[in-house]
Amino acid sequence: MSEADLIDDTGPDDGGEPAILPLPLDAWHRARGGRMVEFAGYHMPVQYEGVMPEHLWVRESAGLFDVSHMGQLLFRIEEPAEAGADLDGALESVLPGDIAGLKQGRQRYSLLLAEDGGILDDLMVTRLPDENPFDVRGLYMVVNGATKFDDIAYFLDQLPEDVLINHMEDQALLALQGPKAVDALARLVSGVRDLVFMTAAAFEWDGKPLWIARSGYTGEDGFEISVDGEHAEALADALCEQPEVKPIGLGARDSLRLEAGLPLYGHDLDETITPVVADLGFALSKRRREAADFPGAERILAERENGPAVKRVGLLVEGRQPVREGAAVLGADGGEHGRVTSGGFAPSLGAPIAMAYVPAALAAAGTRIQLSQRGKVHHATVTAMPFVPHRYVR
Amino acid sequence: MSRYFTEDHEWVDVEGDTGTVGITEFAQGQLGDIVFVEVPEAGKALTKGGDAAVVESVKAASDVYAPVSGTVTEGNPALADNPALVNEDAEGQGWFFKLTLSDPSELSSLMDEAAYADFVAKQ
Repeated sequence: MSEADLIDDTGPDDGGEPAILPLPLDAWHRARGGRMVEFAGYHMPVQYEGVMPEHLWVRESAGLFDVSHMGQLLFRIEEPAEAGADLDGALESVLPGDIAGLKQGRQRYSLLLAEDGGILDDLMVTRLPDENPFDVRGLYMVVNGATKFDDIAYFLDQLPEDVLINHMEDQALLALQGPKAVDALARLVSGVRDLVFMTAAAFEWDGKPLWIARSGYTGEDGFEISVDGEHAEALADALCEQPEVKPIGLGARDSLRLEAGLPLYGHDLDETITPVVADLGFALSKRRREAADFPGAERILAERENGPAVKRVGLLVEGRQPVREGAAVLGADGGEHGRVTSGGFAPSLGAPIAMAYVPAALAAAGTRIQLSQRGKVHHATVTAMPFVPHRYVR
Repeated sequence: MSRYFTEDHEWVDVEGDTGTVGITEFAQGQLGDIVFVEVPEAGKALTKGGDAAVVESVKAASDVYAPVSGTVTEGNPALADNPALVNEDAEGQGWFFKLTLSDPSELSSLMDEAAYADFVAKQ
């Protein structure tokens, strides 16, 4: 068998320089049987008991994901603020969302855009309420782990000097996801039931401050909990003591987000893709569209008006064999007209699914298309996403 | 009948000049839930170390290599409807294909059960 799939690094360290960094819960994952792999420059658990049972457990109960590799950033204006200092305006120079209209405790999905409108990252940004564990007046942002250092460099380059950025490298991030997540978390942290989807607030557990948002990356109800890395193990233990909760690895995180139709940066999104092509037009806020004042606005608004030449779509693949990232989308002429960017077996559907970029002529739901993988042709049907309905609590 | 193992975690049972090939218990455990197996068709000529089959878990596709050279006589028809047989019984009912060995001397380069157990212990 091909070796790459069998290699892990759970074994003893060879004593050399650690090229890959451990996260706060590294020992916790290993003690619980997590199979560790390298991901985004860190050791991360890809699975515990197996991708399939972990995936199904999250859909029916609740799973705890360590996503501490992601970048947690704070943005604020340097005090004393000069006249005309404008944090929201600064962020709006690189994001197409209505940041100025973001109320305290409200979270928004947005995109970090290059000057030409290409997507540099996708992210979540929240307006901090007056009371927050970071003691900051400004914005809290979560960006992808694999892109966080590039993002920070870009922000430093693009934003005015009075915008201060704090990368909270010692802060852990735990995601508790699934229909029973609220029951498990409410037992430890009172008040979390009052949050609704895409809101966040400050809480306390065992005397330690927590910053909790009701959101996630699985399509299920759930929470993302920011906690000081020093307290992450104790919190993870307390959560996994709840009968609803099991630890879940990155493998199931990927299959869950694929079923939920959520793109993964570096696979389904990159700097050559614009928001409309990615079918993420909802991230272009109305005020920003009308003002046409975000990077690449002319190109992006033209794509929105006229329809993009290619578009991200969901695919139901016929048969049982998964069609994965890199497979070609074939046109009527048999040539390559697009690519699969994510694909795998959907445990909740018992069938293979994929995301792909296809020409506009092939993008309508119901269109039957051909894919080519390792010399073999597969058939698939374009379908609306999500593949598995979202169950957010609004 | 003798059983031989490769460093790529395939096994082959040999009886006369007929071999039965599958992946090991260790390999299925590493792969996790298997959702699809592509086995070679009868008549296909395989070369030792060359691509012979594909096994797909939820998260990845893995190539399975021919442990010895030969001509395929049969793919396991049970795997089409029930790929999980590989998880349940990797070194029995979950076999991948049978072949007629073209060069039985190749077997001398493979491991026996004890040597493979040592090899896996060091993984």
